[in-house]
Amino acid sequence: MTKPVTRRGILGTGTALGALGSTALAQTAPSPARGAAPMTVDVGLTVNGAHHDLKVDPRTTLLDLLREHLGLTGTKKGCDHGQCGACTVLVDGLRKNACMNLAASCDDREIVTIEGLGTEQALHPLQAAFVKHDGFQCGYCTPGQICSAAGMLAELKRGLPSAVTADLKASVIELAENEVRERMSGNICRCAAYPNIVAAILEAAGKA
Amino acid sequence: MRAFTYERPADMATALTAIGKPGAKFLAGGTNLLDLMKVEAEVPQHLVDVSRLPLVDIAEENGGLRVGAMVTNSDLAAHALVRERYPMLSRALLNGASGQLRNQATTGGNLLQRTRCYYFYDSSAPCNKRAPGSGCSALQGYNRIHAILGASDACIAVHPSDMAVALAALDAEVEVQSAKAKRRIKITDFHRLPEATPQKETNLNNGELITAVILPPPPAGGQVYRKVRDRASYDFALVSVAALVDLDGERIRSARIALGGVAHKPWRALEAERGLVGATLSDDAFAAAGEAAVKGAQGRGHNDFKIMLAARTVARALTEAAQQRKA
Repeated sequence: MTKPVTRRGILGTGTALGALGSTALAQTAPSPARGAAPMTVDVGLTVNGAHHDLKVDPRTTLLDLLREHLGLTGTKKGCDHGQCGACTVLVDGLRKNACMNLAASCDDREIVTIEGLGTEQALHPLQAAFVKHDGFQCGYCTPGQICSAAGMLAELKRGLPSAVTADLKASVIELAENEVRERMSGNICRCAAYPNIVAAILEAAGKA
Repeated sequence: MRAFTYERPADMATALTAIGKPGAKFLAGGTNLLDLMKVEAEVPQHLVDVSRLPLVDIAEENGGLRVGAMVTNSDLAAHALVRERYPMLSRALLNGASGQLRNQATTGGNLLQRTRCYYFYDSSAPCNKRAPGSGCSALQGYNRIHAILGASDACIAVHPSDMAVALAALDAEVEVQSAKAKRRIKITDFHRLPEATPQKETNLNNGELITAVILPPPPAGGQVYRKVRDRASYDFALVSVAALVDLDGERIRSARIALGGVAHKPWRALEAERGLVGATLSDDAFAAAGEAAVKGAQGRGHNDFKIMLAARTVARALTEAAQQRKA
């Protein structure tokens, strides 16, 4: 084997590993007998302003479409179960976990990823604020944090309450630290850069 | 994830026919179904994507509200009439999941989400819900998050929804439709206790699609949703309580109590409610209601603490609801 060993290469050799006799692998390997007929689904969607028409396996998530089909690896795969928020993107302007969406369900949708929020020359205000406040350590959760914050600030503008909003009937909600922490709870930072993330978001929102 | 085929019907009639295909399941927000498909706790052969069916309206109806099944948790929580008339529902929704998930999860899907029992998710562990007849790993296992009311020796899992707990207290109904008929099911009759068939979680029939949730006119009284969990945000309830108290001066005219995190379904504590009617407002009355709400509760070891926690959370929620009524 002269091919370099890659993570993807290892994942692609499931049948060879199965031959080693692991029952766990045998159980989780796709079984043609129990699965449905193979098919592809047509998906047409706009990502960061560019339209794409793709044929994908129905199992493809929006996250895998972005990373594997379009090469947009800014969106991160953390837990792949909607628990960590690293894959947060904007779908028709709403923040969502890309891992919890089938690509097929995103047909006709407009997606914005971290690559579409700002450029190196002209950072998005949230990106600039994260840099200024050191809102990260390892940086893995950062694209998700920033996309989530962008979606969250838009929700605030529309007057969406949160679990810590004292007056449910208020039409204008002040963004305070407790509101940021509650509204951003779907984004986990295992380095625990939370104080700086909160400071960055408050500044980008014009509240600091 | 096992292979499946996918379709997105343009209208309800097509969707209700498509669900008759072998191994078919409806897909709405997918925040739980997709998660379960990844661990192969769900293995549909065909997905019928209903997320774009025109079931997204919230409209006044007979003094109450009709909520389309595809209304997202975010939109329902933020709706002006829900915030004004059914604040416990708004609060319950806002206390569930994360901002991202609430933007995607639907009203109908929320009712059909499955337990977060770790053994249900773990395909290497026996689980009567996932593999009927294989046994319940939680009975003798780590059962800190499990049921204290209405459980059976086959399953001690709890229903994870916050929204459904508020709906139970509000006497909501679930409207469902099949290719042949439409019917309404009381929310308290919608989910089942595990008994010997924990794999059957609701009284939906094969081929039925949830089309709406119907809220009756808002009941008089102060409304509270109180949730106790391990993290301050973005976590399932250890115990949650939706409480309503209506007062006539210092006397309790009526009360409603529903609990989450304690049973296989949202748990309405009717006996505790009846005990409060006509009682004079006092800490003792609410403490007694808390005790009545957990009458017959059974701990399984790690979750023993939930019995006292539930009683006290009921008392606290009732106290807050009475204060709101006075204010």
